[in-house]
Amino acid sequence: MSEPISCHTPTAPPTTDNPFLNGLWKQNPVFVQVLGMCPTLAITNSVRNAIAMGLATTFVLVFSNTLISAVRKLIPNQVRIASYIAIIATSVTIVDYLVKAISIPVYKALGPFIPLIVANCIILERAEAYAAKKPVVKSMLDGFGMGFGFAFALTCLGTVREVLGAGTWLGFPVFGPHFEPWVLFVLPPGGFIALAIWLLTFSSWRSWRMKRKLAEENSQLVRVSEVA
Amino acid sequence: MNESLSHIFLDAFLINNFVLCVFLGMCSFIGLSGKFSTAWRMGLSVMFVITASGILSYYMNQLLIAVHAEYLRIITYIVIIAATVQLTEMFIKKTSPALFRELGVYLPLITTNCAVLYVPLMLTARNYNLVQSTVFSISGSGGYCAAICLLSLVRERIDLSDVTSLAKGTALTLVLAAILSMAFMGFAGMGGGA
Repeated sequence: MSEPISCHTPTAPPTTDNPFLNGLWKQNPVFVQVLGMCPTLAITNSVRNAIAMGLATTFVLVFSNTLISAVRKLIPNQVRIASYIAIIATSVTIVDYLVKAISIPVYKALGPFIPLIVANCIILERAEAYAAKKPVVKSMLDGFGMGFGFAFALTCLGTVREVLGAGTWLGFPVFGPHFEPWVLFVLPPGGFIALAIWLLTFSSWRSWRMKRKLAEENSQLVRVSEVA
Repeated sequence: MNESLSHIFLDAFLINNFVLCVFLGMCSFIGLSGKFSTAWRMGLSVMFVITASGILSYYMNQLLIAVHAEYLRIITYIVIIAATVQLTEMFIKKTSPALFRELGVYLPLITTNCAVLYVPLMLTARNYNLVQSTVFSISGSGGYCAAICLLSLVRERIDLSDVTSLAKGTALTLVLAAILSMAFMGFAGMGGGA
């Protein structure tokens, strides 16, 4: 258990000082780090489910990050993963009962994916990479940032899938009564396709920005050489 | 409670395939499907862990019901899974050091594979007995193994062809998975409307 547990080793993107913005955008758990794929694909067939799942995960992230950061100096190194998992499982149990108490339809729609938050790699990754080293307030902010970043990504995906697959957004009709829903998008293959489209959009945007930066640097170099 | 064993098998293996229809174990499905040789080893070790932890958690659930402590389920299941993974690691290390070296890094990762936790949760929700639980665990994890092997074979072929650098990596893998998933949707009719 002493091995670092994360699903793959993402290339470390540049980090900022603000842990909240860092999680929300620069190191977005879904679009940049490609973590927590199971709920991302499974729970985004409607915007309502996506938001509920995002909020539940945010709660678990904030709870576990804060608690782990608070007791980080008491946990011996050899049993740290086991202790993290115990803390995470406790907070997931709380969320499980909380969602059940707030809304039964949402609880039924999310189904086994609420208890499965325990196995979401984002949470263990944040515990291991951030909360285990940083003070309490920063870890809490990091939990909020990562959680909202995750919720934002789920909402993006849920929007594409619900608008195309059912012709509605959050239950409100978008295209009028003559729209023939593209059912494939609320079915499993649609999840894969929608996520692929979002990832392609972001990576092409990033490569376009990189090219522009390079062009700017080149033109500056040319100007410098002209002056010389 | 009275589901026939063949129906449970078909349902978990094909109709509701863990990876392609329920979206479980996506991280390892995308991360470890680059080569067939690692994919089938990962698939087999996940199969072993799921079957062992599924049977163990069946007994633990009976115990939890007996002492009226159902709220401890999630913690109990995750501890069982972590222990099973640890035991598997020790067992393989003792019996076959060569295989252990090849699997090495991937073994501890099984703990965070959500397919492993899904099985005990489903066994509890559907109230399966011991035989049904065993069949469900084996067929579900077999479905995972089949899916990851299929994807790795496709990806090995894709590696030989010319793809734009933009689409390489996760996005392309996701599109391949979508096509496989569409193929598996065809099995939905097999369950007799189930």
